[in-house]
Amino acid sequence: MSARQELLTEVTAFIYREARLQDEHQYDEWEALWTDDGVYWVPANGDAIDPEKEMSIIYDNRSRIALRIRQLHTGKRHAQAPRSRVRRVVSNIEIGEAYSKRIQVFSNALVFESTLRADTLWSVRNEYWLRRDGDELRMERKNVFLTNNEQALFTLAFLI
Amino acid sequence: MSITLEKTRPDVSQLVETNRVHGSVYTDEALFQAELEAIWYKGWVYVGHESEVPANNDFVMKSIGPQPVIMTRDNKGQIHLLQNRCSHRGNQVCLKDKGNARAFTCPYHSWTFSNTGDLIGFAFPDGYRDNPDADKKSLGLGSLPRVESYQGFVFGSFAAEGITLKEHLGGAAETLDRLVQTSPEGQVEITAGFLKHRARTNWKFILENECDGYHPAFVHSSIFSVADSAIGTYYGDRSTALTRDFGGGHSEVDLRPEFRKADVPMRWFGTTAERLPDYVASMQAAYGADKAREIMIDGTPHVMIFPNLFIAEIQIFVIQPLSVNETVQHVTALQFKGAPDLNRRMRQQTMGSVGPAGLLLADDTEMYERNQRGAEQLTPPWLFLGRGSQRERLDEDGYTVGHSTDEVPSRGIWRHYLTVMEAGA
Repeated sequence: MSARQELLTEVTAFIYREARLQDEHQYDEWEALWTDDGVYWVPANGDAIDPEKEMSIIYDNRSRIALRIRQLHTGKRHAQAPRSRVRRVVSNIEIGEAYSKRIQVFSNALVFESTLRADTLWSVRNEYWLRRDGDELRMERKNVFLTNNEQALFTLAFLI
Repeated sequence: MSITLEKTRPDVSQLVETNRVHGSVYTDEALFQAELEAIWYKGWVYVGHESEVPANNDFVMKSIGPQPVIMTRDNKGQIHLLQNRCSHRGNQVCLKDKGNARAFTCPYHSWTFSNTGDLIGFAFPDGYRDNPDADKKSLGLGSLPRVESYQGFVFGSFAAEGITLKEHLGGAAETLDRLVQTSPEGQVEITAGFLKHRARTNWKFILENECDGYHPAFVHSSIFSVADSAIGTYYGDRSTALTRDFGGGHSEVDLRPEFRKADVPMRWFGTTAERLPDYVASMQAAYGADKAREIMIDGTPHVMIFPNLFIAEIQIFVIQPLSVNETVQHVTALQFKGAPDLNRRMRQQTMGSVGPAGLLLADDTEMYERNQRGAEQLTPPWLFLGRGSQRERLDEDGYTVGHSTDEVPSRGIWRHYLTVMEAGA
């Protein structure tokens, strides 16, 4: 297997694991995937806005990611009590730029969510920057581009 | 055989009482249509802010309930509210959310309208020459006959006649005066783009929740318990904050008694003056040390301007009903002219709090949707809104006030609703 194929295999395993932890609300295990300086971004109104100047659906630095997880753990995050039932299919995994420590990865996902309100289908393009930390890969950046992020959206309180 | 469709309209006086409302006010489709006519297509409704169309010929897509409205600034600087419907075949003349354009050309047959709404050109004009009905003056875009602004907030009315905006705002106008003072230049700007949060609920559950000070201790306990936030105490049993009914359906939660008790500048924003040195210096230069301190202690208002503009200290929400059980909340951070360091924090806090994934608003929205599902059930038919009615009093201005957790705002909304709906019947 070429080095490039080996990297793709490793990255794919990481992405699948992240997807499973999100689907199963394994909050602490998911949070542990982040680097200490991780940034989690879900833009609104297109994919090209400047999150420093315009509103995003999520634009969490590492401490706000932790806050989001702590809130979910209270059991009183009503938008996730009861928790959504979620399953996602991840596909089209491609490696973009790759350096010795940092790897850019793209994927598509279709996420099916079932809540007290109704069932909702979410479609996303993910862009990751993964960083090698010893034997592990971690997320230093995850950008989630919702296909319908220009529309009015229902509550999105599970981990997308 | 002929069938006559009787347009039956519910008798609102049978559904709204001083301390309770009938559940059907949230679920009745005929009532929703009557509300569109009496409230949304007749009275003053907030549309947008002047700063969203800063330059001549700027435009931005807005709405009044289910109706799209293009807010334009013409080449002389005047603001117009236009409908996005070509007078020829009804096609949409504008497909962009915002931009700069002197004219809108319909893509279907290329009729062209100026940004004042006037029809300025037909394609292949020979087909209309000498046709007495093809009068350009009578074929403009639909435009709202009344447009007025207050402190930069632009309101429109589909009715040609009625009370002035100032009369509509009444006592609530003072809250907008208070708001703009937070800027060293006395101006609010809406420049950070809107999040659009959809909910399967009737718009009035949202309207009533905005100044409901009873729910935060329960709906938001999750975030209060994990974030270092003092907000919870303002909505506790022992809070000195007030709810106030301004009349006209407008209401506020007045947190100033709590902030004045603490007497710490910028406490209202959960921070300190030391963390915003540039802002504090600009405020002192603009207003003088004493007045600046007063403004920075009192903070910004928490006010619901009927029927759709909610100013929540650091952000504005615009309520857009789409149908009897579907509503969109548009929300963005308030930005204060001349206060870049404050504005950056406003955006960060707003993004964390509101919108579909917001640490606060996702939980409010969950409640709105559950309220709606409850209202769709049959019994008990009435919903009780009497909290604190026995301890209401009049303040020095003659407005009804109550404890921060009392349902003074809801009762004020329903009293006004009854007046407007009966007048529209």
